[in-house]
Amino acid sequence: MKWLGLGLVAVAAFLGAVVLGPAHVPLAGLAASDIVRTLRLPRALLAFLVGGSLALSGAGLQALVRNPLADPFLLGLSGGAGLGAVVAIALHLASPWALPLAAFVGALGATALVYRLGLVGGAELDPRVLILAGVAVGAFAAAVTTAIVSLSDAAELRNTFLWLWGGLSGASWDTVLLLGVYLPLPLAVLFAAARPLDLLALGEEPARHLGADVEPLKRRVFLAASLLTAACVAVSGVIGFVGLVVPHAMRTLWGHRHRPLLPAAFLGGGALLALSDTVARVAVAPRELPVGIVTALVGVPVFALLLRRWTAN
Amino acid sequence: MDRELILDVRDVSYRYAGAGADALAGVSLAARAGEVHAVLGPNGSGKTTLVRVALGVLAASTGGSAILGRPASAWSRRELARLVGVVTQREENLFPQRVRETVLLGRYARLSLWGAERPEDRAAVTRALERCDVLPLADRWIWALSGGEYQRVRLARALAQEPRLLVLDEPTASLDVRHEMELFQLVRALADRDGLAVVLITHHVNLAARFADRVLLLSGGRPAGHGTPGDVLTRETVERVFAWPVSIAPFEGRPQVIPLRKDPS
Repeated sequence: MKWLGLGLVAVAAFLGAVVLGPAHVPLAGLAASDIVRTLRLPRALLAFLVGGSLALSGAGLQALVRNPLADPFLLGLSGGAGLGAVVAIALHLASPWALPLAAFVGALGATALVYRLGLVGGAELDPRVLILAGVAVGAFAAAVTTAIVSLSDAAELRNTFLWLWGGLSGASWDTVLLLGVYLPLPLAVLFAAARPLDLLALGEEPARHLGADVEPLKRRVFLAASLLTAACVAVSGVIGFVGLVVPHAMRTLWGHRHRPLLPAAFLGGGALLALSDTVARVAVAPRELPVGIVTALVGVPVFALLLRRWTAN
Repeated sequence: MDRELILDVRDVSYRYAGAGADALAGVSLAARAGEVHAVLGPNGSGKTTLVRVALGVLAASTGGSAILGRPASAWSRRELARLVGVVTQREENLFPQRVRETVLLGRYARLSLWGAERPEDRAAVTRALERCDVLPLADRWIWALSGGEYQRVRLARALAQEPRLLVLDEPTASLDVRHEMELFQLVRALADRDGLAVVLITHHVNLAARFADRVLLLSGGRPAGHGTPGDVLTRETVERVFAWPVSIAPFEGRPQVIPLRKDPS
């Protein structure tokens, strides 16, 4: 029943993204329309894949760092990935296909830094400090990204907003294909880690005694989440809060166990971003909002709510 | 007939990276099926380190630990989780879960990667809940449990692993007298009736003396005494290890330690 509901929401969000837009396309002419075929359909698919991947990495990262406020954006992963991508473009280093790899390097660098900062108090990772470190590193990455975009003459970097707030206006069948190549491996790795992630949420020592190989598990989940985030950032810039809001919403319906939670987060994230992108395109048509603004408008109040609940406990 | 030797820690030493002294030096512990071993000692005497080395989480600098005759480090974590259930000192509960769900996590090492829980897993969970007297709480949120209930639920999760060896790290910290006694009696029964070997780290010298078959008293990472409670818990030894004057009084044939008042100086 829950799955049927989520499935319907996902399909509706996807169809909405195809049917709605600034240009009116009659329903009967949908299949024949060039606008639908070359613009809306790949864009809706891209939104769905990016949203799903961000939500999935958020769910994985929350268990990994044992902080319910973790998400690729707040941990600085997305910011690092954006910086990596922008540097590669500005230096004319990366073809579109190599861009996710540059973003991956940026994401790994940012996370290494955040992790190091999270250890300031000693050998034990402090989840609260970790988020502070993530926000700081993310802000720093955003500042450097803005500076590079402002000073660069690379044509691909004309739009600062795109990198800082995310946008799916670059969607094409090529970018969909690109995600189709980059996503399956990390998606499979995360889905396969569902059971041991349940254990890891208890802490590393209990997880070990219940049979999880903690160190390899952490490495796998961290690398997979970074690669997912990096591929998404490379095609759509930095989109925040999807990875935070969606896993929490899904937890209220499916509970904390990751086997149902991860697929639900993927579907829910896809639906949320497809919907947000439709809003971004339609709300102020013919102009367009960066989609990250829409997700932030939804995500920040939810974040505040979660923060309150978390600190109250 | 000699009972089966489950855990055999021989003469282990361990030093944390960068530390100036050994956290453990020359410690041995052999636990057989049906025996309760208490590990006692002041804070920082190496009790938790001993468990980590015994279970292969840390690699001993010298000496070694074997579980069912095979070196602890040679078992995979998954294999080991089917033989050893551990109730750690602390764990985190970030995400809301119900009692039955958390106990089901004890079955992880017995499930295939993709396979769903089988009827036998559910049966093992119910048995474990029953054994720890928490079956009526099965559908409660763990956040809503009292300290004593929570510890029994965590013990149930370890039992759901269907282990041969049970390791408990200060399971009665911050419990009141009744819940302490309930837990110690339950642990004793698990050894007597179910044949589990138990290693119990505790600060409760007197409860350890009453419930354990053997006690290992650690001091600064070294064994200060090892044997039956009566042999180990003498006035001289206890005073030396805990640096406090005590008197020893027998109760039901076991020594009980009574800390004395020091004259204010």
